Amino acid sequence: MDQPIFRIPRLLRALALPLLAAVLPAPALCVPLGALAADVSSNSPPHIAAAADLQFALPEIVAAFVRSGGAPLKLSFGSSGNFARQIVQGAPFELFLAADERFVAQVIAAGRAEGVGAHYATGRLALFLPQGSPIRADRDLADFAAAVRDGRLQRLAMANPEHAPYGRAAREVLERRGLWLAVQDRLALGDNAAQAAQFAASGAAQAGLIPLSLARAPELAARGSFATLPENWHGPLRQTLVLVKGAGPVARAFAEFLRGPQARAILARNGFGLPAP
Amino acid sequence: MDWSALSLSLQLAVMTVLLLLPLAVLLARPLAWVSFPGKGLIDALVTLPLLLPPTVLGFYLLGVFAPQGVLGQTWLALTGRSLVFSFDGLLAASLLVNIPFAVQPVQRAFEAIPREAREAAWCCGLSPWRTLWRVELPLAWPGLASAMVLTFVHTLGEFGVVLMVGGNLDGATRTLSIAIYDRVQAFDDSGAARMSLLLVLIAFAAVGSLHFFTRKVGRRGN
Repeated sequence: MDQPIFRIPRLLRALALPLLAAVLPAPALCVPLGALAADVSSNSPPHIAAAADLQFALPEIVAAFVRSGGAPLKLSFGSSGNFARQIVQGAPFELFLAADERFVAQVIAAGRAEGVGAHYATGRLALFLPQGSPIRADRDLADFAAAVRDGRLQRLAMANPEHAPYGRAAREVLERRGLWLAVQDRLALGDNAAQAAQFAASGAAQAGLIPLSLARAPELAARGSFATLPENWHGPLRQTLVLVKGAGPVARAFAEFLRGPQARAILARNGFGLPAP
Repeated sequence: MDWSALSLSLQLAVMTVLLLLPLAVLLARPLAWVSFPGKGLIDALVTLPLLLPPTVLGFYLLGVFAPQGVLGQTWLALTGRSLVFSFDGLLAASLLVNIPFAVQPVQRAFEAIPREAREAAWCCGLSPWRTLWRVELPLAWPGLASAMVLTFVHTLGEFGVVLMVGGNLDGATRTLSIAIYDRVQAFDDSGAARMSLLLVLIAFAAVGSLHFFTRKVGRRGN
């Protein structure tokens, strides 16, 4: 009875070895990845959590940082509220770049931050209108307000005001202009400011209230027009950085660099306001 | 193409299949052949991850995986590593989410094995272990192949649970499906398109291979 009646198909047996070979490096890779979570000051590039309004400016700043002798960094973009929550729950970020100070305050209150936050730039809100939008770009929102009333505006893209600072700023602008209630059922809320910008640029919404730093980037400027909104129409969008407990030397050096002249020039070019040095 | 995301996704999928398949066989055999009190409950629990919204799973997993959570604390004490926002945690979540995809095809396959086939093997003097390897598993092969392919492809495509439990960490938890979401938000449509196409091709190849395996077995069975 040595001859088996049924056999495992030859193909599976042929595949077994290469499959094993493919997976063997996986546990080996898991170890450094796990070590990274436990000891964030290890040698691998530090993870940086960045507000979505930095989508275009930050890679430029990192490139300048690396050119001037800095080590590479790994960037994650998202809403400041989500990142604050993830960091409090133990996510292995070493530096948090929030789009306003209150989410930094949450991280500090949870005992996950090192020192206090530093205000390094100020964000501005813009009205973005995709190509073919029936609405005109003007900085006092006159035609936009008319479009809300006469129905030319069917969808307005903005970030979620619950956990994205630009969403909160957009809501403040709409409330100030007495339009918030009228647009309630026409909102397309992005998870973060970049997703809102993506909604607006795709033409799925007739208008978007998005960060100026995204609206004026070539990727978006080519797809529509924009108007910068007055700064005093919403609470300040103070871009605040904070080091997470256990941050390594690279993250520290980058936090310094972000407040230096090279980074400030890039931030200004991307539409951010700058605090006095 | 985000190569680190691709390699991470493949590792996650292969490890999920390798770890889950033996467990699925262990679980599916009694479920298929033995009747015991509470069997309906276990059947329901096995199916549950299929029906729950990924965000619900993600929410609960985040709670138990957190450093203050039951599992997170134990894992941290045992390995010194974190379960949330790490590859370990993704793998744990992936194992749980894929239980129905691994167990159900295997269970159906075991149910289809006639009792006489096993009895014949025992009468020929085969030990239970050899019966498993020489009779049961080869007969259940189409179910095992389905389980492997479904688990593999479903792991590559999992989005909600990964986003909630893993976050979006480059090289640690940014899988291919998260990378696509990330690329769309970065206005990198061509990057997103390349990765999406790759996932379509993988899914297509998986369905094709499944067809091929099971048809071959079916023909031999006749």
